Amino acid sequence: MDPIFLVEAAINGILLGGVLALLALGLNLIFGVLDIVWVAYVDLVMVCMYAVYFFNVAFGWPIWAAGLVSLAAGALLGVAVHLLIISPILTSAPINQFLATGGLLFFLQSAATFLWTTDHRTVRLNLPSYEIAGIFLPATRIIPFAISILAVIALYLFLTRTYIGTAIRAVSQDRDAMSLMGASPQRIYIVTSAVGGLMAGLAGALLIFQYSVHPFFGGQFGPLTFMICVLGGLGNMVGAFIASFIMSEIIAIGGVVISTEMGYVIAFVIFIVMMFVRPGGILAKRE
Amino acid sequence: MSRGRLLRGALLAVLLVAPFVPMGGVRQYVLHVAIQIFIWSFIGQAWSLMGRFGLVSLGHGAFLGVGAYTTTLLWNFYSLTPWIGALLAVAAAVAIAVVLGIPCFRFRVVGHYFALVTLAVGEVIRLLIIAERDWTGGSLGASLKTAGTASGLWTLQFADKRVFYYASLGMFLAGLWVWDRVDRSMARSALQAIGEDETAAASVGIHVTRFKLGITVVSAALTALGGVLYAQYISYVNPDTLSGIGVSLKIVFAVVLGGMYSLMGPLVGTALTTALSEGLRIAFGLKFLGMADTIYGLLLIIFIIFLPSGIYGSIRNAIRRRSGASKTAPA
Repeated sequence: MDPIFLVEAAINGILLGGVLALLALGLNLIFGVLDIVWVAYVDLVMVCMYAVYFFNVAFGWPIWAAGLVSLAAGALLGVAVHLLIISPILTSAPINQFLATGGLLFFLQSAATFLWTTDHRTVRLNLPSYEIAGIFLPATRIIPFAISILAVIALYLFLTRTYIGTAIRAVSQDRDAMSLMGASPQRIYIVTSAVGGLMAGLAGALLIFQYSVHPFFGGQFGPLTFMICVLGGLGNMVGAFIASFIMSEIIAIGGVVISTEMGYVIAFVIFIVMMFVRPGGILAKRE
Repeated sequence: MSRGRLLRGALLAVLLVAPFVPMGGVRQYVLHVAIQIFIWSFIGQAWSLMGRFGLVSLGHGAFLGVGAYTTTLLWNFYSLTPWIGALLAVAAAVAIAVVLGIPCFRFRVVGHYFALVTLAVGEVIRLLIIAERDWTGGSLGASLKTAGTASGLWTLQFADKRVFYYASLGMFLAGLWVWDRVDRSMARSALQAIGEDETAAASVGIHVTRFKLGITVVSAALTALGGVLYAQYISYVNPDTLSGIGVSLKIVFAVVLGGMYSLMGPLVGTALTTALSEGLRIAFGLKFLGMADTIYGLLLIIFIIFLPSGIYGSIRNAIRRRSGASKTAPA
C-alpha cells in the first residue's frame, strides 16, 4: 500500500478527533458534575443537526446563523433534559438513570423518524479542497476541526478562569462538601447541562459539514463517544481529549488498512481490554 | 389444590387451546403476535436473570445474534440440522460469556463500566457480522434457506404457525422454570449479597467470580436459544435487528417496563410494548412511521421516573402492601 494513504488516513483521524473531542468533553463534563451518563447525548446532537439543516436549507438562513440556532437549541435541550428527566431521578439507582436517558434516546430517534422520515439530509456547502503534497484536505474537515479546537480551549478557559467554572469543578470534585460550603448544586447542575448542551449544539453544527443527518445518526457516534469518555476516565477532561485522538486514529487507519467496520471493531476491542487493564482511564495511576 | 395453582392451570389450558379457537381471517396474525410475545419474553427473562442482581448488560444482542446466525449459516452452507446448530450456537454464546465474564468479574468491572463493556461487545459482534459480508450477507442480512419438502422436525421449519406457537410457549414456560429455580436457590442469596456489596460478600466466603460467571453463562445460553427460535420462525437474520445496541436496549426496556425483579415482569413488559406497537401500527398504518416508538420512548421515561419497579412489580408491591397492612392492622 502506498504510504501516502496512511498519511492521509492519519491526518483524517486527527481532523475527526477534534470533533469527537468536542462530543466527549461535553458528555464528560456532565458526567463529572452529575455522575450520570447521558446515553442520549449524541441524539441531542442529531436534533441540533436537523436544526441546522432546516434553518439553512429550508428557511435559507446563512450557515453561521443556522449554526447559532443549533447552539441555542443545544443549550435549551440540555436544560430541558436536566429539569424534566435528570432532576427527578438524581438520587435513584444508577441503572435507572442510565435507562431513563436510554429511553430519551429511543424517544428522540423515533420522534425524528416520525417528524422528518428516515431520509438522509445533507447541507450542501461549496467549500474548496486544498492539495498539499498529494494529500487532499477538504475545507469541510479543516473548518470543523479548527472550530472544535477553539471551543475546547474556550471550555478550558471557562472552567479555569471564571467563577462559575471554578464552582463546576468544585462540585465535580466533591458534591457534598460543596453543599456544606453553602453553594446550591442545582444552579451548578443547570449551568453544566446548558454548557454540555451548547457543546452538543456546536458539535451538531460542525458534524453536518461532513455527514448527512438521519434519525439514527446517534448510533454512528453514540457508543464511540461513551467509550472515549470511559477510556479517558469518566469525568477526566484531559484524558477524554487524548482518548478522542487515540480512538479516531485507530478508526481512520484501521479503516484504510482493513475495512471501516474492522477499524471500529479494533477500537472497541482495545476499549474492552483497557477496561480490564486500566479501568480508571488512560491517565489513571496504576493500582 | 390452592386457588393460585388452579388459576395457573386454567390459564395454561386456555393458552394450549387458543390456536384452535376459530378466529376467521385474523388467526395467523394473532398467532404471529403471540409467538413474538413469547419469544421476546423468554429473551427478556434470560436478561433479567442477570439484570436483577445488578449485572446490567447492554450487550445481550451479542448472544442473540450469535445464536441466530450460527444455526442459520450452518443450515444454509452445510445443511446442518438446527438441533445441532442450536447446540453449537449455545456453546458459542457460552464461550463469549466466559471470555468476557472472567476478566470482567476478576477485575471488578461493575455498574456503569460493566454496562459499557457489554455494550462494546454487542457492537463488536454486530460489526463483525457486517464486516464478514461474504457469508453473513452483511447489513442486508441473510434468509434461511427453505427446506422445501424436507421441512419438519429435523429441519425445524414448519409452514404451520401453530407449531411455533407451542414451541415458543414451551420455551417461555421453561424460561419461567429456570427463573423460578434460580429464585429459590442459594445462588440467589449469594448473588443478591454480591449485588449489594461485593467485598462484604467475598468476606463471608461467597465465591464472587464463580456465582457471577454462572448466572452470566445461563443468561447467555438462554438468550442464544431465543435467537435460534426467532431465526427459525422469521427465517431471516439481520445484524441490526439481532445484535448491537438497538436490540440490546429493546430487551432491557421491555423488562424494565414490566418489572425487572418479578417473574412475570418480562412477559407483561413485552406484551405491553408489542400490543402498543401493533395497535398503533394498525391504527395509523405506515403513514406515521415511528409514532408508536415515540410514544413507547416517552412511556419508558415516565415509567422509569415514576414507577421504577415496573408495571407488574408496582402492582404486585401495592397488593402486597395492602394485604400486609390488613394483616397487621388488627394487631
